[in-house]
Amino acid sequence: MNPVEAKAKTKKAFRLEDISQDNGQWSHVENSDLMPLPAPLDNPAEEPAWKPLSDQARERYECNLDGTLILNIPKPKSKEEEQELVRKFLTGLHKLFTEENNWGFLRPLMLSMDHCANCQTCSEACHIYEASGHNPIYRPTCRSEVLRRLYHKYIKPGGRFLATLRHGDIDLTWPTVVRLAELSYRCNLFRRCAQTCPIGVDNGLIARELRKVFSQELGIHTKELHDNGSMLQLKVGSSTGMNALVLKDNVDFIDEDMSDKTGMTIKTPWDKEGADVLLIHNAGEMMAWPENPGAFAVILEAAGVSWTMSSEAVAYDSINYGLFYDDAMLAKVVVRHAMAAKKLGVKKIVLGECGHAHKALTVIADRLLTGDLNIPRESSMTLLRDIVMSGRLRFDPSRNDFPVTLHDPCNLVRLMGVVEPQREVLRKLCPLFREMTPHGVENYCCGGGSGFAIHSGHNFSDWRFKVSGRKKLAQILNAFQDCPDAPHKYVCAPCSNCKGQIRDMLQYYHLFERWGILYGGLVELIVNAMADVKPGFIEWEWR
Amino acid sequence: MDVIAHWAAYAAIVVFVTAVGYRFYKIHSLPIHFRWELYPVPTEGKRAEHGGSRLEEGDWWTKPRHADHVMEMRYMLPEMVLIKALWEHNRKLWWKSFPFHFGLYIVAGFVGLLGLGAVGRLANAPQGALVNLAALTTVVGVGGMVLAILGGLGLLYARLTDEDMKPYTNFSHYFNLIFIVAALALTLAAWWTADRDFSRYRAFIVGLLTGKPAALSSLVSGSIVVNCLLLAYIPLTHMSHFFVKWFTWHRIRWDDEPNVRGGRIEKMIEKALQYRPTWAADHIQADGKKTWVDIAVEDIKR
Repeated sequence: MNPVEAKAKTKKAFRLEDISQDNGQWSHVENSDLMPLPAPLDNPAEEPAWKPLSDQARERYECNLDGTLILNIPKPKSKEEEQELVRKFLTGLHKLFTEENNWGFLRPLMLSMDHCANCQTCSEACHIYEASGHNPIYRPTCRSEVLRRLYHKYIKPGGRFLATLRHGDIDLTWPTVVRLAELSYRCNLFRRCAQTCPIGVDNGLIARELRKVFSQELGIHTKELHDNGSMLQLKVGSSTGMNALVLKDNVDFIDEDMSDKTGMTIKTPWDKEGADVLLIHNAGEMMAWPENPGAFAVILEAAGVSWTMSSEAVAYDSINYGLFYDDAMLAKVVVRHAMAAKKLGVKKIVLGECGHAHKALTVIADRLLTGDLNIPRESSMTLLRDIVMSGRLRFDPSRNDFPVTLHDPCNLVRLMGVVEPQREVLRKLCPLFREMTPHGVENYCCGGGSGFAIHSGHNFSDWRFKVSGRKKLAQILNAFQDCPDAPHKYVCAPCSNCKGQIRDMLQYYHLFERWGILYGGLVELIVNAMADVKPGFIEWEWR
Repeated sequence: MDVIAHWAAYAAIVVFVTAVGYRFYKIHSLPIHFRWELYPVPTEGKRAEHGGSRLEEGDWWTKPRHADHVMEMRYMLPEMVLIKALWEHNRKLWWKSFPFHFGLYIVAGFVGLLGLGAVGRLANAPQGALVNLAALTTVVGVGGMVLAILGGLGLLYARLTDEDMKPYTNFSHYFNLIFIVAALALTLAAWWTADRDFSRYRAFIVGLLTGKPAALSSLVSGSIVVNCLLLAYIPLTHMSHFFVKWFTWHRIRWDDEPNVRGGRIEKMIEKALQYRPTWAADHIQADGKKTWVDIAVEDIKR
């Protein structure tokens, strides 16, 4: 059977009801299923093999979805334990549809639950569905329709018989629950599907709400997002584990390095009361890409901006992973960011290059913060554009004389409408700037969205590179097809999470060695083009 | 049968208006939701052409907010009339869905024309005008019904044969389509066999307006009863998306209204923050006594 016939057979054999069957792994993806990639990755034989799940993982955890794992749900020890977990899930589901438990998302959720026509228009908009070779379990409607049927059968009044007859049947079993849990983490929550829906149904939201039930009721979440993410941030101050002292030490080191590299004297201001700008970075930048916060400091100092960073716990790390899985965590971090800004009396908070932090603090927090905690928040893209266009700094764009393409972080662009400022900068400073196709609000996710970029347990990174990141990888390669021999190519990704995903994908496919593709943020390109700093800010070395 | 049709019409109108009103009220009265917009947002005006928002402006909160309703109409009308999203993202289905929906819009227009004719008759409008109106009504009615039936059959065929749609198609999808196609087909049959100029349907509306049941043929009465059942049924199902779309697009996808200190939105947020959740996970331990504010400010135990 050839791959096309095999795919058609899989599609034909697919039954939504099978999610509740205790019959092993529901689906799988093989290399032969994957969407083809452009040059230089156009030879499918060179596609790296999938790393199988270890026997130990299969023994310990529920892994009956697709051959990879993100949640590590331990296998229940008894039928009673299984039933108890199913009961808890149902309790959580009931709570999800109540005002007191879910006021902030109830209206969009209920509208999306009640009005989907199941026309499948959203499917082709989903990069995961497309890149997987149209695997039916990755349709945006798959998990949503399962949830809808459960909702109609078990939550809504009106009787199970009629609900089943009208809306279709799904049995609520332990396999249904664990598969739904894993399936809620096979979506980047980037809502391109919602953009195409003629009715306005949002299957991305449904994936997020499912994650919420698992986290807020059953305490099931990924270790990376919760224990090593939100909880660590709230306990220590940052998801990196850095307390304020360590962070300040790191920033001192970055300042010294920036001073050496640029020839300017850079000193990051801390806790400056009454500053115009409180700048909050994703603290991961300090460790993984110190040149990014360093470049921010260079630009702000050179432009004479009155700015500060905060050493208050939580407020020196803009991440807010709650956005991806948990409203309580989301609210806790938002409030601490706002309280730090209030304490310093700054005029505004500016978010560094981190897409989800932008979305959480600027847009979502807009309906959480009240009174004097509602301090103006702004994107760094806007501030940087205003500085670059103001004439306050001198630039030499020929220093950026290499092909540059731009990745649009979903949270910043499709979900916030910050589209042009970064482009204005690139058009001015990068003579070989070229767009990806499609771009702007129609962009594709990097594949690391909704926190996937920090997940590499078991073989999940294989799935993240081969499936969720594949469309973006194809876009990046297509953007450089006209210049295969250019020694240096730059993917500008003004978001820490996206940068992490793009870094990992480029490394997985050896694209720095093979095609000279490097990645980085926007600020690095700005400093690299500043005429008053030493040339060569961007170092063409893998990091 | 004529009397049944007469009273069925009143009942259907009451059920339709009540159900739509009730659902509208229920959705409208839900608590304020988080901003969950999706760009482009057309009220952003010229910026909407590239999908931008006012957040692209430095110190955006200091600048007046102007919602561009002309641009909003430019986005809305092609979506409402032509189902633009389907044209762009699912062309295969559009060829079936568009005639179905557009046909139904025309049928709604046909009912309006029938009503106009009925009012004209009651008001003793000039005969010539009534004749012309009747001719127009016939063309619009038959055209709309044929279009909707063809589209409906196309959708039915897609649901029965399309491998992408089949696993997601349930009893209601089939029932709803068959119900609509059957109601329209019955009306066409009544028109063809018993009422070529829709005069009896018009007389029926005159009867509704005057409170006196009109004398109709059994097929006409039967078609009216079936259509009345359909009218009452639609807002009770997911087909209520004909008005719910207003919420999904305007109130969610395009709702970017900022929360201003001391403003209307802030008051709604303050109220919502007083809800007392009951989420049971250890890291929340919401016992039904703590409010969302308590949870947000509470420290995590080290």
